[in-house]
Amino acid sequence: MNKTQQFNQLLNLADNALIIGHRCSEWCGHGPVLEQDIAISNIALDYIGQARNFYQAAATLINEDPEMLTGFVLPATEDSLAYLRDQREFRNHLITELPNGDWAVTTLRIFLFSAYQYFLYTQLKDSGDLSVNAIAEKALKEVTYHVKWSADWVIRLGDGTEESNRRIRHAVDHLWAYTGELFLQESELQQQWLQKVQLVFEEAGLVIPEKTWMHQGGTSGNHTEHLGFILAEMQFLQRAYPGSQW
Amino acid sequence: MSFHTNKYYYGDYGEAKNGAADISAKGSAKEEWPLWEIFIRSKQGLDHKHVGSLHAADAAMAIENARDVYTRRMEGVSIWAVESKYIHASNPDEAGALYDPANDKVYRHPTFYDLPDEVKYM
Amino acid sequence: MEKTSEAFFQDKIDREIRIEPKDWMPEKYRQTLIRQISQHAHSEIIGMLPEGNWITRAPSLRRKAILLAKVQDEAGHGLYLYSAAETLGISRDEMYEQLHSGRAKYSSIFNYPTLSWADIGVIGWLVDGAAIMNQVPLCRSSFGPYARAMVRVCKEESFHQRQGFEILLTLSRGTEAQRSMAQDAINRWWWPSIMMFGPKDDESPNSVQSMKWKIKRFSNDELRQKFIDVTAEQVKVLGFTLPDPNLKWNKARGHYDYGAINWDEFWQVIQGNGPCNKERLEARKKAWEEGEWVRAAASAYTTKKNKRNTTVAA
Repeated sequence: MNKTQQFNQLLNLADNALIIGHRCSEWCGHGPVLEQDIAISNIALDYIGQARNFYQAAATLINEDPEMLTGFVLPATEDSLAYLRDQREFRNHLITELPNGDWAVTTLRIFLFSAYQYFLYTQLKDSGDLSVNAIAEKALKEVTYHVKWSADWVIRLGDGTEESNRRIRHAVDHLWAYTGELFLQESELQQQWLQKVQLVFEEAGLVIPEKTWMHQGGTSGNHTEHLGFILAEMQFLQRAYPGSQW
Repeated sequence: MSFHTNKYYYGDYGEAKNGAADISAKGSAKEEWPLWEIFIRSKQGLDHKHVGSLHAADAAMAIENARDVYTRRMEGVSIWAVESKYIHASNPDEAGALYDPANDKVYRHPTFYDLPDEVKYM
Repeated sequence: MEKTSEAFFQDKIDREIRIEPKDWMPEKYRQTLIRQISQHAHSEIIGMLPEGNWITRAPSLRRKAILLAKVQDEAGHGLYLYSAAETLGISRDEMYEQLHSGRAKYSSIFNYPTLSWADIGVIGWLVDGAAIMNQVPLCRSSFGPYARAMVRVCKEESFHQRQGFEILLTLSRGTEAQRSMAQDAINRWWWPSIMMFGPKDDESPNSVQSMKWKIKRFSNDELRQKFIDVTAEQVKVLGFTLPDPNLKWNKARGHYDYGAINWDEFWQVIQGNGPCNKERLEARKKAWEEGEWVRAAASAYTTKKNKRNTTVAA
């Protein structure tokens, strides 16, 4: 992997964590029960922490070799990368930017995505890339808990009441089309992920949808309409008061 | 017997001017998740200590919730959760009979014994 | 001669022995505590909303993480307090019901809007500062579970005020626009903050009973004065001003004098006419109602699972 690819990968990892963390943080103060409000805020905090680590690694990389890519505010910082890029430059997967919907969509999204992160981070922590080894190792512990927490909810909702079952099935239909983008090539990662999903779905009484159309574009900057609104909100102060310290 | 407490506390604006009605306890209509008592071991080698309580649908959730609620600042390495209804407590009215008799048994404490300073390691 | 339960209870209070849930207590003591602790808990939960507004708009990732952790702490504090109240024989659901129906109250301060990022700094500095001043003595409240909850709250709260002051310090050293943003926020929050301590002492005659019970130990005016004295000095470090032309050091009293508080506004807000009363309560009700099916699903799942386990065992 050359430096540009490495940089893009770091941005993808960071943007994913930031955007899904942003979505989780929207629940803070609005959760279905106090204990779960606290739980999902913890998950949001983990994600924002991961994003910061990946952005810092990306910033270091581009600051060492400013000629590498154009169009970035230099010297880059975690904040310049998060707050001063527009949506076409974001590299997150589409599934992270979709609105929270109800608790079923929320927990299923976290499950599908954190299971992907779990296997990805497991690979990254032992990869040759020193810039991500340590970050992935720390993040893996966090994500392990996210997977457990969210899988528990998927199972509860699937095997709970008629209403919760209806809602989680709807969530599967809605989100499944955004999972293909996580695995653009057939890979071992995809097999591991699919196995985990199958296991949890089985316990929840859910069925993996037949082959469907899969949306893609996030990693090349072709996003849904939702990302623009997230960024408008998130970047507002940095854009309205350029160059200020906060 | 009735008391008038017109003192206003923080977060407490009394009952007089705000139309706050009776807030005494009544039976709850919908079924609430049960209450759990949480005990946390702060580090290996120490006892689990009661830290508080929380609501959860089942034991697994109680432990996860306890992790999120009571160990946000690295307060623990191990969690016990016990559904509150299974805690049996001694009766405070019997406190006298239960604990006072230990009062005059000072000879159970090492400091009761007067030994010369020359005696070491005892 | 046998002491009455009442006298025995008061004797414990006088000797600074904590009252525990199963101990005998006068019914009015129980009621007062339920009201105070639940209102305190509601304040924490409603208090998440004005600041929660800015989590998605925080101007840096560091600030975002801090703010999220802080608002989450408030959920934790609400939880500790609800738990303390539950030891008195009221359920959390009942307390929610009282909040949602408007029968229970919460701190008036959270009915004001957070209009700029500087408000987050000011809430940390002034609102949390006032809260801490109120809460530290509560760690010695005569009711054990309340006192223990407050010890935990105060320990966690200590970073809240500092992060608020740090936000303002950064703004004070920033651009002209940032400085005026901060001064504007101070202007809007100052009076509501000092109202947080509640009505003047002479308008809330302190009954002998309530002090005797040692649920709380200082009067509203005592705490308010202490807060004003401390804050009037801190504001100098920031280079901002407090919006009270009558704020002056009184050498004879050894305290700052301050202007008249608009108590009409205070009571209007308490009674539901503050700028954000409706939004705050609606947001909580919505979260609760939309969470109903989630809570029911978890309960149903547990019931099914327990039944399955019993079947397997049998």
